Amino acid sequence: MSSKVDLDRRRFLAGGAAVGIGGVAAAGIHDGELGAPAQTFRGAVPWQEGTADVPPGVSGSGYVFFTPAEALFIEAAVGRLIPDDAVGPGAVEAGVPFFLDRQLAGPFGRGDHYYLGGPWPKGTPEQGYQSRFSPAQLYRAAIAAIVSYVGANFKGAVFGELAPNDQDGVLKGLEGGKIDLDGGVDAKSFFALLLQNTKEGYFSDPIYGGNKDMAAWKMIGFPGAHYDYKEWVARHGERVPFPTVGFKGRPGWTERKA
Amino acid sequence: MDGAQGVTTILKPVDAVLVGFGWTGAIMGQQLCDAGLNVVALERGPWRDTATDFATGFAQDELRYMWRHHLFQNVTYDTLTIRNNVGQQALPMRHLGAFLLGTGVGSGGVHWNGQIWRFLPSDFLTRSHNQQRYGKKAVSDYDLSVQDWGISYEELEPYYDQFDKLCGTSGKAGNLNGKIQPGGNPFEGARSNEYPTPPMAQTYGPTLFGKAAAELGRHPFPHPTGNLSEAYVNPLGAQLGACTYCGFCEKFGCGNYSKASPQTTLLPYLMLKPNFTLKTECEVLRVELTPDRSRATGVTYVNSAGEEFFQPAEMVILSAYVLQNVRLLLLSGIGKPYDPASGQGVVGKNYAYQTMSSVNVFFDDKIINPFIGAGALATVIDDFNGDNFDHAGLGFIGGAYIAGMVTGGRPIEMIYTPEGTPAWGLAWKHAAAKNYLRSFAISVHGSCMSHRGNYLDLDPTYRDVHGRPMLRMTFDFTGNEHRMSDYLTDRAAEVARAMNPREIKLNRRTGSFSITPYQTTHNTGGAIMGDNPSDSVVNKYLQSWDVPNVFSMGAGAFPQNAGYNPTGTVAALTYHAAHEITTRYLKDPGPLVRS
Repeated sequence: MSSKVDLDRRRFLAGGAAVGIGGVAAAGIHDGELGAPAQTFRGAVPWQEGTADVPPGVSGSGYVFFTPAEALFIEAAVGRLIPDDAVGPGAVEAGVPFFLDRQLAGPFGRGDHYYLGGPWPKGTPEQGYQSRFSPAQLYRAAIAAIVSYVGANFKGAVFGELAPNDQDGVLKGLEGGKIDLDGGVDAKSFFALLLQNTKEGYFSDPIYGGNKDMAAWKMIGFPGAHYDYKEWVARHGERVPFPTVGFKGRPGWTERKA
Repeated sequence: MDGAQGVTTILKPVDAVLVGFGWTGAIMGQQLCDAGLNVVALERGPWRDTATDFATGFAQDELRYMWRHHLFQNVTYDTLTIRNNVGQQALPMRHLGAFLLGTGVGSGGVHWNGQIWRFLPSDFLTRSHNQQRYGKKAVSDYDLSVQDWGISYEELEPYYDQFDKLCGTSGKAGNLNGKIQPGGNPFEGARSNEYPTPPMAQTYGPTLFGKAAAELGRHPFPHPTGNLSEAYVNPLGAQLGACTYCGFCEKFGCGNYSKASPQTTLLPYLMLKPNFTLKTECEVLRVELTPDRSRATGVTYVNSAGEEFFQPAEMVILSAYVLQNVRLLLLSGIGKPYDPASGQGVVGKNYAYQTMSSVNVFFDDKIINPFIGAGALATVIDDFNGDNFDHAGLGFIGGAYIAGMVTGGRPIEMIYTPEGTPAWGLAWKHAAAKNYLRSFAISVHGSCMSHRGNYLDLDPTYRDVHGRPMLRMTFDFTGNEHRMSDYLTDRAAEVARAMNPREIKLNRRTGSFSITPYQTTHNTGGAIMGDNPSDSVVNKYLQSWDVPNVFSMGAGAFPQNAGYNPTGTVAALTYHAAHEITTRYLKDPGPLVRS
């Protein structure tokens, strides 16, 4: 199983092997698709000690996909999709823009699990996503088109400068398909993807760059990646007092040095 | 055999070749190898094992498995096209949505929920039973094309039992040898044995559901499950552990050896057999036939390096997913393709699905803890499934089980918000924060009858990475399904209200079938079984009427879909076919049923 990386789990997850977007292939993430070597098995269950199909976490800081202008739009937009207040973090505070950046710069952005071949008729709503754009291409084209729409309709302003009410108005226009975007971008498709990806960044494990300090999980009461709730099954209606935990543990755990 | 790319390597002949290696391939492989056959399995995805691929240190990853489709078929290389009716142009499913197709060793058997059901005795007689009870028009009035299966529950019972023993299914019998048992499903067909392990302990949500259902006079019972309530060693010596209720079953692999899968129940035994060979990253392109098309000679496949092989075999078992089996039949010219205009032909006929709806229940005063869950952790009522209730005057046939079900609390997918909550903004966030711990869903798992306009064929435009036509699905929910689903959703709402929640929300199945929202991966039909070659593709032993050394496994054999999860019936049909192959066919290879 040479395509799967050697694993000392906690060390891997805690630091050294956490791969950046360029490191995904180098880490040998095996997606089980065409291109992996064909194998023949006979007479044994193949298994190799210390190997695992580890998750492709991200590292670093700053944007590698978004241009500064795109980042301004994204930060403002996701801040309206999930605003910050005392109840819980907003999408910006949870690190969603960084999560989106790394997703779009990686396999998801490239459309690794999308069929993008033609022809490309528009189709019916029931036929779902019908575009030749990969997610990264869709974000790029849609943000440019929104910037141009906002400039034309709000006296040259950019989205981030609009009043929250106006920002919400633009987002609702996209959501309902009431705004026509240039460049062959379907506004509804883009909004649906942006909202979905925003919630993914807000609620996924922090190894992917969002859900900072697991604050979104804490807000709703999800204790995270616990493995065993057996003793709580029959304790109906009680709050489970487990501390919130992610793959890399939780604050207070001592990270082992590689 | 002489593909355009040039050289095809001809391999050593084998007794049987398995096309696809999920549940049906693994069961058939074990049965045929135990009978002494030399068997090769060809799987187009990768090898996967529990310790390497689903380790508990990282298995509970909602983003990677559910939303990035890490274990699922990658539609980049091969998808299908979809339309609601023949008047539309079918377009490719560009991203998985309504159903989540499997790939790799174990396939959907890795990332299923572990819901193990048997169909009702009357489900196997959909046409004759309903006509007898409700009159001829009960079926023809709705333009349905439902058929009897050509097999009875009683014939299948020993094989349902065999699958329960393989999995160690946890549950409580409701009907043991004809005697109704307290605590089980009183509507089920007679079982020859109690479940191998006791039912799972029920969490708060399912418990509240069961109490309310009983107060309404319904008959609640624990959902039969392949998430095991206690440790179990199956007849092949494979060991399963007790489920820890981590809440990551469906769409995920189980790191705890607690969910029945090919990996946990069959592979530890089968992989050691010297007469079994598994080849991964090898995709079968077509079944090859003799010039007179009376016999299969083997299969042509291509590996991930692009090398093409011909694997000669005495017997070809199509054990891929429904959609691939039907496509291979069509691509290989086995059986006459179905034509919806004339109603003639059989391959692709009677494609069906599952009609899903739900009711959300919201409490102020009750902490549900939805993250304590398991794939089949539910309390269920079967009072309104199949023909367990009088359909006179209702305008439909079929039904659903209704389940107070908490499979997990994965927050990207499973936050329920009350009626009228916007999808984003502060109001959404506040609703999520308020309701996550205090809500759950009642699932309405409805049947889907076959209809003459719903079918599978080959797409005229779109092709896969190998240049083969994609499969084309033409499907929509019909009036029968909408009426059934509305009636059943109302019954679920009655139970919901009887729990005295703050509020409920009905998620009805409205409008046309859409590829976008996840519903369920229970695609059925297209290679249907029956007692006559004029209206079915395979006989009751899943043997092709046209090419008797080809057998087509899986839910493609369902002439219509019942209101239950299909895996139990899929497995039972496989064991039933394997039994006939090993005891009768091998001695005298040829048609097992004379047409």
